[in-house]
Amino acid sequence: MITRKVTRKWEKLPGKNTFCCDGRVMMARQKGVFYLTLFLIVGTCSLFFIYPLPFVLVDLFSTIKKKKNVLFVFSIPVFAVLLFVFVVAMLLRTSFSDPGVLPRALPEEANFIEMEIEAANGNVMAGQRPPPRIKNVQINNQIVKLKYCYTCKIFRPPRASHCSICDNCVDRFDHHCPWVGNCVGKRNYRYFYLFTLSLSLLTIYIFAFNIVHVVLREYRNIFEHVVSLTPHCTVLEVLVCFFTLWSVVGLTGFHTYLISLNQTTNEDIKGSWSGKNRVQNPYSHKNFIKNCCEVLCGPTYPSVLDRRGVMLEDSTRPTPSDASAASTYKSTNPVSQTTKSSAPLIPNEHTPEEAKPSIGAGTQKSTSSPKEEKPPSPTSPNAVAPAVIKESAH
Amino acid sequence: MATEFHNLQELRHSASLANKVFIQRDYTDGTVCKFQTKFPSELDSRIERTLFEDTVKTLNNYYAEAEKIGGQSYLEGCLACLTVYLIFLCIETRYEKVLKKISRYIQEQNEKVYAPRGLLITDPIERGMRVIEISVYEDRGSSGSSSGSSTTSSSGR
Repeated sequence: MITRKVTRKWEKLPGKNTFCCDGRVMMARQKGVFYLTLFLIVGTCSLFFIYPLPFVLVDLFSTIKKKKNVLFVFSIPVFAVLLFVFVVAMLLRTSFSDPGVLPRALPEEANFIEMEIEAANGNVMAGQRPPPRIKNVQINNQIVKLKYCYTCKIFRPPRASHCSICDNCVDRFDHHCPWVGNCVGKRNYRYFYLFTLSLSLLTIYIFAFNIVHVVLREYRNIFEHVVSLTPHCTVLEVLVCFFTLWSVVGLTGFHTYLISLNQTTNEDIKGSWSGKNRVQNPYSHKNFIKNCCEVLCGPTYPSVLDRRGVMLEDSTRPTPSDASAASTYKSTNPVSQTTKSSAPLIPNEHTPEEAKPSIGAGTQKSTSSPKEEKPPSPTSPNAVAPAVIKESAH
Repeated sequence: MATEFHNLQELRHSASLANKVFIQRDYTDGTVCKFQTKFPSELDSRIERTLFEDTVKTLNNYYAEAEKIGGQSYLEGCLACLTVYLIFLCIETRYEKVLKKISRYIQEQNEKVYAPRGLLITDPIERGMRVIEISVYEDRGSSGSSSGSSTTSSSGR
């Protein structure tokens, strides 16, 4: 009895993401800079735990007179370890999670929207360019324009934007971060912010520790015999921390400013709510605390992609991922082709001609995604502004 | 003259998909998940306006409950942050709990209200929370052949 390998939905998703662990992990295609980030953090911290931390602890232990100071001395490495674990956890959470990708419209929905647009635009004279596809909505007494995405065939919700690197529309799109190897959007913004914040703290901690140690060493002249290893470790750590400080602390400050105003990097760069023409941010609560709470302590939005759902091989097999009768009758839709729109009923199974290029890209991706891709050489972003904002000019 | 179906089984066996109606999102209150309660003209002859509006309003209330920013969401956020978000491996988030409630509600509405009228609602989460998709079914053939078509289609299943 041959067991057929199940095809999960992530294998057929359009877009330029790579998936690992059978769809549990979702990242951008180019991961080289992410590996660099991970190496820098883990490498520098490992070096810190080898030297100067143990030496300073031993030194402090030998000078302890009171018992309560033992607790203080113990808390130094414990704090460093906890902070390091937190930084790595936040980095992995930001990199591996779905940023809030909006799935592309299925053919029937795309046709429905097209018909609506044609009805709204009326007759276009031959040779004339059709008007741009824009919908106006009023949010909190502010007119917001919703643009149509030609790739995803949807009107983008407010604050959503199309990332051309990942080729997806992302909800509450902030920016595409190569250091993290993923887009930063609605679902992973708070993890990204906590990552930059905790990394700032860790960098300051290691930097200060090394400076204090060098000063103490000069003062005490204790480690004269440990000459060979000492200067190189300290110098390396101080160097890495110095450059990281300027970029990461600056970035944390910038994002704190954005959070207090409830803005995204994308909106800030484009100057959407800069105040000219009396345009104001309709999403801001005009209260620093409320804005922070909404962004950092808001609800945890679920992923709408259903990466690990099982693709239907044929119309008779129910999806094990959702056992409710609701999905069963949806999945066993009658496959008669008497529909008014000439679109297939079961999504992602049969490719209509117009969707072939995106599905072709998806199958190419699915053959290479289980293996580790050799990342192309990354462009080195400016150390001060590591955020890369790419938006296709639709 | 609306087509009459008595349950989902009959709908599946003897109906064919005629059309799909998409209820769009209502963005007037910001980016919260809310759907327009405007009654689409394609459903004029199929279902009463009040029933449709009730369904959409209930769904909107469920989503508002899921996205409410208050004491419980703060507690969940802070607790999760302290445990480095590992707590979500054990417990379900409030949003996920409400999504399950929504799924049950839609299933119940389909069985009781929509399937007898030849309609079927798709859970918005399956469409990226962008639209509520309502599939409109037409009776495939005459009532005499419904039993025959049901046996052939059941053997195909």
